[in-house]
Amino acid sequence: MSEFIQYTLQGLAAGGFYALSALGLAVIFGVLGVVNFSHGACYMLGAVLSAVLLAELNVGFWAALIIVPVLMFGFGVLMERLLVRWLLELDPLYNFLLTFGLTLVIVEAVKQRYGVSGLPYQVPAGLGGQVSVGSVNLSVYAIFACLFSVVVCVAVGLLLTKTRIGMIVRAATEAPDRTRALGINVGLWVTPVFGFGIALAGLAGVLAAPTRAITAEMGSNFIIILFAVVVIGGLGSILGAVVAGFLVGLVEAYGIAYAPTYAQIVIFVLMALVVLVRPSGLFGREEVA
Amino acid sequence: MSDDTTATTTTEQPAPDRAGAPEPASPRRGAARMLEVSGLSAWYGEARVLTDVSIDVAPGEVVTLVGRNGAGKTTLLRSVMGLHRQIEGSITLDGSDLAKRSADARARAGIGWVPDDRGIYASLTVAENLLLPPVVHADAWSLERVYEFFPVLHERRDFPGTKLSGGEQQMLAMARVLRMGSRLLLLDEPSEGLAPVIVQRIGEIIREIKGQGVGVLLVEQNVAFASTVADRHYLLAQGKVVEHLGNDDFRAREGELLTYLGM
Repeated sequence: MSEFIQYTLQGLAAGGFYALSALGLAVIFGVLGVVNFSHGACYMLGAVLSAVLLAELNVGFWAALIIVPVLMFGFGVLMERLLVRWLLELDPLYNFLLTFGLTLVIVEAVKQRYGVSGLPYQVPAGLGGQVSVGSVNLSVYAIFACLFSVVVCVAVGLLLTKTRIGMIVRAATEAPDRTRALGINVGLWVTPVFGFGIALAGLAGVLAAPTRAITAEMGSNFIIILFAVVVIGGLGSILGAVVAGFLVGLVEAYGIAYAPTYAQIVIFVLMALVVLVRPSGLFGREEVA
Repeated sequence: MSDDTTATTTTEQPAPDRAGAPEPASPRRGAARMLEVSGLSAWYGEARVLTDVSIDVAPGEVVTLVGRNGAGKTTLLRSVMGLHRQIEGSITLDGSDLAKRSADARARAGIGWVPDDRGIYASLTVAENLLLPPVVHADAWSLERVYEFFPVLHERRDFPGTKLSGGEQQMLAMARVLRMGSRLLLLDEPSEGLAPVIVQRIGEIIREIKGQGVGVLLVEQNVAFASTVADRHYLLAQGKVVEHLGNDDFRAREGELLTYLGM
């Protein structure tokens, strides 16, 4: 039983990384119609930047939690302004290919600079060790990562549901043309939304840094699972991205614990089952053909 | 990007209800034109859907586009709104060319679009649906006025927009552009699929806004309904204007037109 609780916590912590990243993927897809293949690479950059900030500038975890998302926002803005923007009018496949190519560039650049062996990163002081709850020992950092992800997801949820910006983002996500026809300059929101989505991937990377091997390749498996998250949650559904993120984290953790041989496929079995029952995902809206 | 709004009409007091009054024999009235479409052709890829269409709408005037499915009516509205860009010819609003303006700039210049699917957001509440567009003109209805005129929208203000009935969604779509203060409304089949009592209510709303000097371009297949609200009618067939009639002629030939439309 105590093991089960530990696996659950690990799953929820990992789920938090998926949820934050999938949230970013969902807002970008919603407003721009772009499937950002480089999201895994941006998650990796978030983790690498945390490690580099610590090693080269002695900037610790707490500062990185703020600084890295800001840097990644800037990176996203540049990426949208310089590249993504020019392909928005074309078939969405073009931006998918662009971001796929960018992924290769980012990953190889990180390999060139920092090698393939992985960068060290410690669990920040104060969040190390374990805490005993009854007879169960739980990782303090996993509890923190999990709670932090939930708080950020709720904050983004409030931003989307309670503010005018959120209202415009929801409207543009649902029907971009109609929203333009109602006098909203949707184009004005495209750049900040893209930056925001990338910043969320970077934030997930910072949170994951103390618990993962930080390598240039850490994003490549992550993005595959992230796409499964998005399909399970429903493409374009923001709530779906968050719920499916935590769900996939849990399923993955239980898979690793109880059926290690099948750990890699349980998520995709889950995805197949969801698609069989609800082709548009758990929270996806039914598309009218 | 300019935010200029129309300055042609700013009548405060409602004009008398003219719906039942006979119209002059010449279909086109003398008032200054608000919307002027001339020589408009439109394509979807290789397929030409509009050919050399010229129409106009004056402030306070209700003009219909009547025609069968596929005659190009919706494409004409979408071209005016700036959502369909594969066009030739000119579209002007209050004399200024719209060609270079995006859909959102056109909306801020006073064009209000009520699409045939009502265009209500599922992810926005009824109140948010109303508050989403910017207010573009001083004559815009206040939220209080909207709620007074459409009490059901007030009752359901916190519901998701698409939880309303079809008729209520139509009210919401119209209320939304009124709150925006649009000076020219593009209404795409507002009566479609609605109960007669609701169609009647939509007619009342159209007459109310007409009285405020708002121009209305109405796509309609319901000939009987069109004749109760409109001043003039353009008949579209295969992407061309084949007739241009005042409301009296339109009424006199209603039977013939119904046959023509295949209804």
